Order: sequence, then structure tokens, then C-alpha cells
Amino acid sequence: MRIYRVVLRLYPKSFRAEYAAEMEKDFAHHWRDAAAGARAWLVLNAVVDTLWNAARVHADITKQDVRYSLRSVRRAAGFSATAVAVAALGIGATTAAFSLADHVLIRPLPFPESERLVRVWEELSLRGYARVEPSPPNFEDWRRQSTMFERLEAFTGFGGAMTGRGEATPVIGATVTPGMLPMLGRQAAIGRILTEADVARDAERPIVISDRLWQSLFAASPDVIGQTLTLDRTTYSIIGVMPADFYFPERRTDFWRMLRFSASNGDDDRGNNYLQVIGRLKPGVSIEDAQAELRVIAANLGRLYPKELEGVSATMRPWRDQVAQQPRLLLLGLVGASLCVLLIACTNLANLLMSRALARRTEFAVRAAVGASVDRLVRQMLTESMMLALIGGVLGVLVALASLPLLVRLVPTALPIAELPPLDLRMLTGTLVLTTVTGLAFGLLPAVRVCRKTDPAALKDGARGGTSRGTERMRSTLVVAEIVASVVLIVCVGLLTQALLAVQRVDPGFKVDNLLTMRTALPSTDYGALDRRLQFYSHVLDRVHALPGVESASYISWLPMGAFRGGIWEVLSSNPDATAPDGFAPLRGGERQSASIRFVTPRFFETVGTPVLRGRDVAASDIVTSPFVAVVSESFANKFFPDQDPIGRSFAIGLAARTIVGVVGDIKVRGLERDSEPQVYMPAAQQRMLFFYAPKDLVVRASVPPATLAPAVRGIIASAAPELPITAVQTMEQLVAGETAPRVVQLRVLGGFAVIALLLAAIGIHGLLAFTVTSRAREIGVRIALGAKARDIMWMIVGRSAALTGTGVIVGAVLAYAAGRSLQAVLFGVEPANPAVFGAAAAIAALMALAGSLMPAWRAVRVDPIEVTRSE
Amino acid sequence: MADRRPESLLPLPPAVFHILMALADEDRHGYGIIQEVSSRTDAEVRLSPGTLYRSIQRMLEDDLIVEISERPAPELDDERRRYYRITAFGRAAARAEANRLHELVRLARASGFHPKKA
Repeated sequence: MRIYRVVLRLYPKSFRAEYAAEMEKDFAHHWRDAAAGARAWLVLNAVVDTLWNAARVHADITKQDVRYSLRSVRRAAGFSATAVAVAALGIGATTAAFSLADHVLIRPLPFPESERLVRVWEELSLRGYARVEPSPPNFEDWRRQSTMFERLEAFTGFGGAMTGRGEATPVIGATVTPGMLPMLGRQAAIGRILTEADVARDAERPIVISDRLWQSLFAASPDVIGQTLTLDRTTYSIIGVMPADFYFPERRTDFWRMLRFSASNGDDDRGNNYLQVIGRLKPGVSIEDAQAELRVIAANLGRLYPKELEGVSATMRPWRDQVAQQPRLLLLGLVGASLCVLLIACTNLANLLMSRALARRTEFAVRAAVGASVDRLVRQMLTESMMLALIGGVLGVLVALASLPLLVRLVPTALPIAELPPLDLRMLTGTLVLTTVTGLAFGLLPAVRVCRKTDPAALKDGARGGTSRGTERMRSTLVVAEIVASVVLIVCVGLLTQALLAVQRVDPGFKVDNLLTMRTALPSTDYGALDRRLQFYSHVLDRVHALPGVESASYISWLPMGAFRGGIWEVLSSNPDATAPDGFAPLRGGERQSASIRFVTPRFFETVGTPVLRGRDVAASDIVTSPFVAVVSESFANKFFPDQDPIGRSFAIGLAARTIVGVVGDIKVRGLERDSEPQVYMPAAQQRMLFFYAPKDLVVRASVPPATLAPAVRGIIASAAPELPITAVQTMEQLVAGETAPRVVQLRVLGGFAVIALLLAAIGIHGLLAFTVTSRAREIGVRIALGAKARDIMWMIVGRSAALTGTGVIVGAVLAYAAGRSLQAVLFGVEPANPAVFGAAAAIAALMALAGSLMPAWRAVRVDPIEVTRSE
Repeated sequence: MADRRPESLLPLPPAVFHILMALADEDRHGYGIIQEVSSRTDAEVRLSPGTLYRSIQRMLEDDLIVEISERPAPELDDERRRYYRITAFGRAAARAEANRLHELVRLARASGFHPKKA
């Protein structure tokens, strides 16, 4: 019997009140009549029966409530529209932020059993690099000796020109070891993927292309297999098309061709670090075990090749966790901010609902008088708030979908994932949960508060409009919570703005304005020989210099802050050592230091506006038959030749000894927010080896708006080499703006959030005070009648607002400081306790409070004492 | 409810129809209804308590039945239970349902589907 009584609790309270007693009696009858063996069956039956019928009774009640709610929502259209809009904003902001963070940080990568995929690097702790691309011989030794991987594969990026189909087009692809695509575990949409079997068919040059390339180049024709593709003058045969949602190694990759190691390419050099390595761990193997084994293997290799591999170890981490700290923090900041907005939206809704519920007390009292129980009324109100939340949720999804494209800049391109999170079950489920929580959060408080006091007094004509102290306190708390959340948001926006300004104030080491840049990747097939390259450079530069509006122009290996920021080499002494890998002895003390190396044509520093501090620029007379020279940055001179005149000193780098002829200012090669290695610039005419470093980026200083020069410069390059695609045509200002683009996007979003928060909080304060004035109209009237001055009445209202705001600002400041500290890594040195920011936040909050209290204060002053006391 | 037509409730859920039939000749309490339905159908139909009281709740709302305050003679009153009585509207609805079923059977016969003789 006791069991049955417990099971019956599944029915709604109102139903139980009516029928539970009878049902228990019926059950007792059956129990008495049943044989001992049949009783278990009886209980089971009763449980199933109750589950089924209780669900239907609940459904019936909900149906009634929904119908009733729909009517009351329609009746109060203004209120409903406001509530839905507020809910949609809160839910939309949170959905967008969460799905973006989920997409970038949490969701498994789109490969089968992707949790077993790891990225593997060399670790050069001696030179201070935690992760360096492995060299082919090391990679092959690891692969041979390790027992922890199902597969260990490598790839390297490839950018080239596609020709033979209209204008030469630049394409980005990947060169992969034949086991790479099988390891990732995705099949081709058409044809097949590259596999180990293709090694034997090497001569046919098999290639797999992306869905995008298939669509744009072959108009999605099904007989693409067997057709050819010409990349940098080599013809490949298409064997497959990958599905549209296959992204590897990054979003823009358009083809996959086979990676073959060859000695002529330097692939037997253990210092030739260029491979990207991915492994699939065997099932059950932990990343720690795999790393421990690989470190032992690396240590053994270090003993075998002490000169090349001194201090070289191996390190790995899950592929999923590859997101750098900055994008991670930017996203988490966004999530935090969206939660603030949601919190404010919820409290605002709770307050809205509370005042509406108080206004409807008569209606509730009537319903209570005709027999509705309190829990039915609570349920009714909750249904109403859930319905508003649900409508808000649907609109919120639309808000999220509309705003997500604005946030694309926050998704790092280097991940093998789509540009935007897909609208799928995962996202919708998340939103549904969010909506339910929202509906409950803002519905429950007012419902319980109001329904607890469905006193019959409300029925009396002329009942006082006053509210209980508890309700008043609850509403004040909600308003304070809104102010707290807005203050936190404003402070974060302020701190991040300061950080952005600080980043933008960083001197990049060159003059950003009036520079036009573009790239012409030179394929080694045609430009491997130095003469051919020099011919190209002089053809282009001579003609560009002759253009009106051009002050100077130059070529460099890679522009600072461009797509490629690496290109470093170990700095050695100029003493030859035949036994050393590079042919030169290490620097004094055997210390290993690297510098960034670039080849440039003459007038580079003049063009970009980097000061030549001592000596001279690279000159036209620095040719391959004259002594090898280098221009170094100030930090290079200070580091390697401290307290002496660096001009005339020698060192070796990039397989050649060179003499310093000039010192220039430092450039932020790796970006505004990162430390860069000291820099070494060498004449393009003295580049016999290291084809990878051949100058390919053109930079032009203009005395006219730089973009206007682009067509003429393009024409000149086309006349020199019609088959070469020209890419990355942009001004230097655009290039440098790319540095801060994610910050700007995040700030815009957070700024938008802060404005919404302020607005909502102001509405909250206004709503609360307006209600106070209405419910205390009589008291105010009496005070005025007794001679209170307008100033006193005004102060009564504004003082209340000031007290709420003060509390909110103090609590908000404390929380904002905590938030600021957690953001410290992206604050770029701005202190979280920035007095200007906190002062501004407090001032803005005060202004907002003032704006919210003006109308109510005005109304309070104008209360007519005769009017409000007449009904007494 | 006065303007409502009994046809608007058709088809009646089987449980509701059975309850109406059980109340046709006599006021009964819940357990009595279960027993009556069971005996009328040779124990073919056994209403579970959940189905019964859920149906009763809806039938009260639909005015098919009413709860009555007068009691049978004390010696017949079973543990002071709540008794239910069919309303005129309930009778009309039951009649309409019977008609509906009758029509249905007629159509079935016309199509050559003859019910088995008992």
C-alpha cells in the first residue's frame, strides 16, 4: 500500500486531492482479493497504469494552461512582445556564443574516433622552442620505432599556381604521406582517396581534390575522375573528390597530393624542419605513454646524431587542443559576456512578470476563490513564462544564426573544421535546455511570490495596490543583479578596449601607411636558378619605379605579419667546421640562438620606412661574386655583438658566412603581440641556396592612395610572367589591421552586449521605480499634503535608485576585477584594476540609473494628493 | 455547456463509453464501475484505476456525469465513497455513440464483413 501511495504522487496535486483516496481504496480491494503470488504483478500493473495515466493527466492540464496562456498573452500583446524580445536577445546571444565556443573548443573534430588523433612535434628546449616541425629523417625514425601509434603520418602545406584552365589561379593544397587520408578515416565522395597503393603509381601523379574545387573547376561534373590538373607546370591525374565537409589540414585546402621524400630536396637533413605530423594512437594507449616512448626514441636518436640532434626531443598533444590561448580566451570572454546578458534578460523578465502578476492579483484571487489550488496557479504562471521563453527561444535561434556570420573572425582558420557551427540537433538541444532554464528562472520566482499570497483581500473593491516588503526586496535584488552584470560587462569592454589601443600603439618597426603589397609565388621549376629570379625582380622593379605615384619598391621573402612568420635559422660563428651540419662552428660558449632570415632586393628599408641606424642598406652591388653581406636588426647587433661596433663583424647563417654592413630598426615580424627573433636581411642577389626563402612579396611605397596603383603593378608582373598568379593584393594597413581583427570583432560584440545590458538594466530600474511610485502613490500624496517639498519627494525616488545603483556598482566592481584577472592573458599588459575603466563604468552605471529614474521621479512629484486620497 | 451537441464528443473513448453504460441503470462509485464493466464484458474489459479516474475527471468536466451528494441506504453504502450519476447529456452522448457504431456495423455488413455470431 505504501508503494502505491508513493507512486500516486506522480499525479498532479489537484488530481490527487480528488481521487487518490478512492484509488487507494480500490487498490486495497484488489490487494485483499489477490493471492500472495499475484501481488507483485498487481504492483507492477499499478505502476505502469499510473505512469501512463499520470502523464496524460499532466498533458491535459498543460493543454488547458497553454490555451489559457495563449489567450492572456494575446490580451497583453505589448507586455508579451517585450518579454519575447528580451528573451530572444538573451537566448540568442548565449546560443551564438556557446555554439561558437563549442564548435571551436569542445566538439570532436570531424574524423572518426578523433580523440585518438594527436599532433606531434620536435621539442628544441635548448633553443627555447617548445614545438618545431619535425624533419623527414626524424619523422621516419619515429614512425619505424614507435609501437604506440596505429599510424604516424605527415603533411606539409603547398601553395601554387593552377594553370591550363583560363587565368592562372592561386590554390592552396596539402602534400601528404600516402597513409594520411586513410588514417583520418574519411572516404572520398567520388572516386577514392590516396593510399599506400598509390606509391607504385607515382608516375601518374595521382591527386584528390576538394568539393569546392570540383564545383568551381569541373561544374560538379561526375566524370571528373581521370581528368588532369596542372599545378606549377606539373600535371596531376584526379583520382577522387572529397566530401564538402572534409577540411584538412585547414578550411581553404583544395587538393591533396602525395609527399615523397628525396635527398635532392634536403629530406635527408635532420635539421630540415618542415613536416606537420599527425598520429593516431592505438586504442587504449594514453597520450602520456606515447609521449614517454617517443621521448626515449628521440633520446636514442640524439645519441646517434649528437651534432644535429643535441637537445632535440619530441612532444605531442591532442589535435583537438591545438587552439591557441588567445582565440580560446576571446571565445570564453564572449561566453561569459553572453551569460551576463542572459542573466540580465532573465532578471528583467522576472521583474516584468512580477509586476504583471501583481497587476493580475484580482484575477488570481477570483480563480482561487472558485477552487483553483495554489499549485495550479503556479503551474499556470509557469506555463505562461515557459511559453514566452519558447517563443523567445525560437526567435533566439534566428538571432544566433543571423549573428554567427559576424563572428567568423573568432574561428581560427588553422583548425580542420567548418567556418561556422552547423545548425544541428546539438545546437538545438542546447538552445532548448537554455530556453527551459530561462523560462523556469524568470517564471518561478514571481509565480511563487505572488501565488503564495492569493489573499481574498485582493477581491475587495479599492484594495490597496501596495506590495509586501518581501516582494519589494526581491525586485530590488533583481535590479541590483542587472546593474552588477552591466558593470562587469562595461568594465570588461573597457579593459579590452584599452588592450586593443595598446596593441594598436605598438610600433611595428615600419611605416604602415601608403604601402601596397602583393605576392607572386615563384615556382622552383622556372625560378630555381638565381639568374632567372634576378631577371624577374629587375623587370618588375624597374617598371614599378617608373610608375607615377611610386616612391620606391622592393621584394622580400615574406612580409612581416603576413601568412608566414617563421623562417628562422641558427646563428653560428664564421669559423668553418667541416664536421658540423651547417659547416660552421657554433658561437662562443656553444650557446644556440636563432634569428629570423629574409632575402631582400635593394631599397627595402627605404620602402617600408624602417630606419637604417648604422652602415648601409643592401645595395645593387651586393652580388653573388662579391663578398657576402648582411644587414641586421638592432636587437641582433645588441645580442650577438654587445658593446662593440657590429659593422664589419662576421657570422654564419643560412649555410654562408656574412659580414655585417648595416644595422636597422627591429620589425615585429611575428606580429604586434608577439616577441620576434632578431632579424637578418641578406641580398636577394646573394641567394644561391634555400630556394624556399626566395623573395616573393612585393611592397610598394606610394605617394598616391596605394590601392590605385594595384592594376598597373599587376599589369607589370603579368608582362614579366603571365603564368604566375598574383595573390594577397592589399595595403599594408589592411595587413596590419588583420593583427587586431579578432580583437575588434570580439569588442564589437561585447560592446553590443554591454549596450543591451545597459538598456535592459535601465528598463529594470525604471520598471521598479515606476511600480514603487504607483503602489506608494497614496503615501506620497499624504506626504505632499503634509507639506513635503518636491525636492524631498524627488530625493525619495532618486535616492532609492542611487542606493540600488551603488550596491550594484560595488558588487559589480569586485566581480569585474575577478573577470579582468581571468582575461589578463589577452589584456596585453593593461592592469585589470585600471582606475580609468572602473571610474568610467561607475559613471556610466550612474547615468543609466539616472535615466531610468527620471520619469518615475517626475511622476512622483506630480502626484495629486487630493486625487489619491479621495478613495479613502 | 448547454449549447454543446453530444455529437461534438464523438467518437467517445472506449473507457468513457463503458463507464456511461455502467452508470446507465444505477449510480455507482469508482470501484463499482470497474466491477460492473468487468461483469458486463465477461472480464474482457478491465478498467485500470488510472484510466477510470482520469476518464471520470474529464467526464465531469464535459458534464457527461455528475458526482451526487445523496447516498444509498447506509447498509448498501460502501465505505462512504463518492458516487457518480449519468446526466441527460451523458445519455444523449452514449446514444449518439451507439448510433455511430451501429452505422459503422451496417456499412461493414454492406461490404460483406459480417460479425461472428456469438
